[in-house]
Amino acid sequence: MEDREPLLRAQGVTKAFPGALALDGVDFTLRRGEVHALLGENGAGKSTLVKCLTGAYRRDGGDILLDGRPIDPRDTQAAQELGIGTVYQEVNLLENLTVAENLLLGRQPRRMGLVSPGATRAAAREMLAGYGLDIDVGRTLGSYPVAIRQVVAIARAVSLSGKVLILDEPTASLDAREVEMLFGVIEGLRARGLGIVFISHFLDQVFRICDRVTVLRNGRLVGARDTRGLDRVGLVNMMLGRELSEETRAHGRTDGPQGAPALTFRGFGRAGRIAPVDLEIRRGEVVGVAGLLGSGRTELAETIFGVTPHDSGAAEAGGSRLSLASPRAAVAAGFGFCPEDRKTDALVGDLTIRENIVLALQARRGWARPVPRREQAALAEEYIARLDIRTTDAEKPAGQLSGGNQQKVILARWLATNPRFLILDEPTRGIDVGAHAEIIRLIEELCAAGMSLLVISSELDELVSYSHRVMVLRDRAQVAALEGAGITVESIVSAIAAPEPEGAPA
Amino acid sequence: MSRTREFLRRILPQLVTLAAVLGLIAAVYPGFFEVSMANGRLYGSLIDILNRGAPVALLAIGMTLVIATRGIDLSVGAIMAICGAVAAAAITSGLGLAAALGLALAAGLACGLWNGLLVVLFGIQPIVATLILMVAGRGIAQLVTEGAILTFTHEGLIFLGSGAVFGVPTPVLIWFAAGALALLVVRRTALGMLIEAVGINRRAGALAGVGAGALIVAVYMVSGLCAGMAGVIAAADIRGADANNAGLWLELDAILAVVIGGTSLLGGRFSIAASLIGAMIIQSVNTGILLSGFPPEFNLIIKAAIIIVILVLQSPRLRAGPRLRRPGGRVRGASAAEKKERVTS
Repeated sequence: MEDREPLLRAQGVTKAFPGALALDGVDFTLRRGEVHALLGENGAGKSTLVKCLTGAYRRDGGDILLDGRPIDPRDTQAAQELGIGTVYQEVNLLENLTVAENLLLGRQPRRMGLVSPGATRAAAREMLAGYGLDIDVGRTLGSYPVAIRQVVAIARAVSLSGKVLILDEPTASLDAREVEMLFGVIEGLRARGLGIVFISHFLDQVFRICDRVTVLRNGRLVGARDTRGLDRVGLVNMMLGRELSEETRAHGRTDGPQGAPALTFRGFGRAGRIAPVDLEIRRGEVVGVAGLLGSGRTELAETIFGVTPHDSGAAEAGGSRLSLASPRAAVAAGFGFCPEDRKTDALVGDLTIRENIVLALQARRGWARPVPRREQAALAEEYIARLDIRTTDAEKPAGQLSGGNQQKVILARWLATNPRFLILDEPTRGIDVGAHAEIIRLIEELCAAGMSLLVISSELDELVSYSHRVMVLRDRAQVAALEGAGITVESIVSAIAAPEPEGAPA
Repeated sequence: MSRTREFLRRILPQLVTLAAVLGLIAAVYPGFFEVSMANGRLYGSLIDILNRGAPVALLAIGMTLVIATRGIDLSVGAIMAICGAVAAAAITSGLGLAAALGLALAAGLACGLWNGLLVVLFGIQPIVATLILMVAGRGIAQLVTEGAILTFTHEGLIFLGSGAVFGVPTPVLIWFAAGALALLVVRRTALGMLIEAVGINRRAGALAGVGAGALIVAVYMVSGLCAGMAGVIAAADIRGADANNAGLWLELDAILAVVIGGTSLLGGRFSIAASLIGAMIIQSVNTGILLSGFPPEFNLIIKAAIIIVILVLQSPRLRAGPRLRRPGGRVRGASAAEKKERVTS
């Protein structure tokens, strides 16, 4: 590949925080007309580097050159004026304003000192031309899906800056069709000669759209490569700095435990949430749950855990009926539940890691029987070590941890209660590759130790690799039950896609 | 050991503020720190602050817990009026002291139960839910006293308001005991942590198996009970139940005490001890203004000014400001972004 003159060059960028060197002499080069992936585990320094480039942070050392001229943006606005625009995962536009107002906020066309809505809309339509969007710019931004908002944010950033566009996990909350639409937009911008920095956890997307990758690890540059000719294993190894001994199984596990089920659900459902399902789980068995978004996966988990109590059927354990009328009752029955949305449903951000870990155990014991402080500290230390939770100490507010470590804290919370049945809803979503592998290893360990698990995941490879059985949901009902060698990515996909549940073994 | 240090560090700003306020008053009014013994009872401005501050201190105990769950209780002043009225009505109708107290405190608990159920069962925002009883409560109290100031002469009841044990006024003993008990129960059991968990993220707490609903009802009941005690003391002090004026506006002083005590109105981490010191700061300001000899029409303005100063001095932004500014002349926006990043990453 010919060596084009770089658009943006960072040399030896260094940034220190109290107690940690977030960036240690990192080089980064962005060419005109390329999409460049910035990869690394959480905490590798991607965000810090981006923030140094965009002026959100002041770097402690190193040079940044834009078009060969050194720049030193004091804040994000200065960076924008220089030509560096950023779009974050949570689109930071104003949902209650119209699309046009969002696009032109702060520089709306005026007539006699008053903002002119007509001219604003016309200018907005002009800005969006070329993005392949056919939307009414007079409607509020909030009435459009996230993918559209993302494109609007990109259009705004490009029109303000126009040289470098930084996309921070733009696809995290998009479905496949929306991702394609976004990629269409990105390709258009690449053709116009913009330099685009793309941050994502999805390696497929990186290979699909990016020309080059730069990998960071622990604040240091590992290397920059052309995507063409780079293989996935090599890339993952660059990110992790270790060999990933994760052979993907072709089909589900056939070494499932035999014998009587530890838990039996019969006709278990809740009207309007999930149609009645039958489910039996043995000790040491992993049952996977597959289905598209909105197929009733989370609803199933929440109904089992008593968040939305079941109104049909019953649950039994060892011949005795279980009450699952509330999460409290489910916890008393020895259940645990790691919800999909950690931040709103699980983490108590201002409490310490220690307190977050003992919370469920304490709730089960009741307020009058506190877990002694020494025991709490021991539990916290044990799980911090066992799950490799990266933190300086257990007394740090849990909200300050990175996503993967927060997930581990929630897992630790349930493991501390020693549950017989653990429900994991998307345990690996939004966490980095390293933590991802650790959580999958943990699922296998727990099952080997005799715990029963129900794991919901959108990542079919992952489901196939650890499930003994897989339950497929569609339209809030069970449509298939796969077992052992019958579990393959293809069989799951066809069960999800099949128009009719044809003779699926229940 | 480290828990004691944690505790002291938590209440240090409030202690410093209290000391500063007391020092200021002493500068204006030299005899301020004098305490004397007469008729088997301690006298002096400090004793007076502890004594006069009793109702707000009691209210602040319950209010702290309610605010920690991300709620607020506007009805405590009205509950004081109800409970004072119930105690007075019971004692004048010939019931014994124990029965009268029992009825009054039961009325406080019932009021708290009502508030808690509105908040938990019907999902009404706490400020609205408790506003109902704030308005209706004085009406209920007036019904109990039949519109008049219901006076009584029962020595036992009066003792609760103006008596003394070993020289210490009874109200002081009551709020000290209630505060110590609450502190002990909350921190020696898991209640404090569970309340904080529910206040920070109620859904997450509930999903972890915490009985969030019961807990929230319970804190409103504690608040009602504290208001009940405060109401009895207020009535006993003037030897009569005044449905219109007992506890009037004290809910605001109680909220202020909690705020001065550094507990966030957004719920979560709380400190009962700091709120109690907050109550004493407010009472010191009140007493100090009276002692300093300013014309009484200035009182509320001066109090407001002093409180603004206290709150500004305690605000985290002011405390963080000089620390975050760096030699490079960093712009404020960037520091804020950096701070946010440290929280989110």
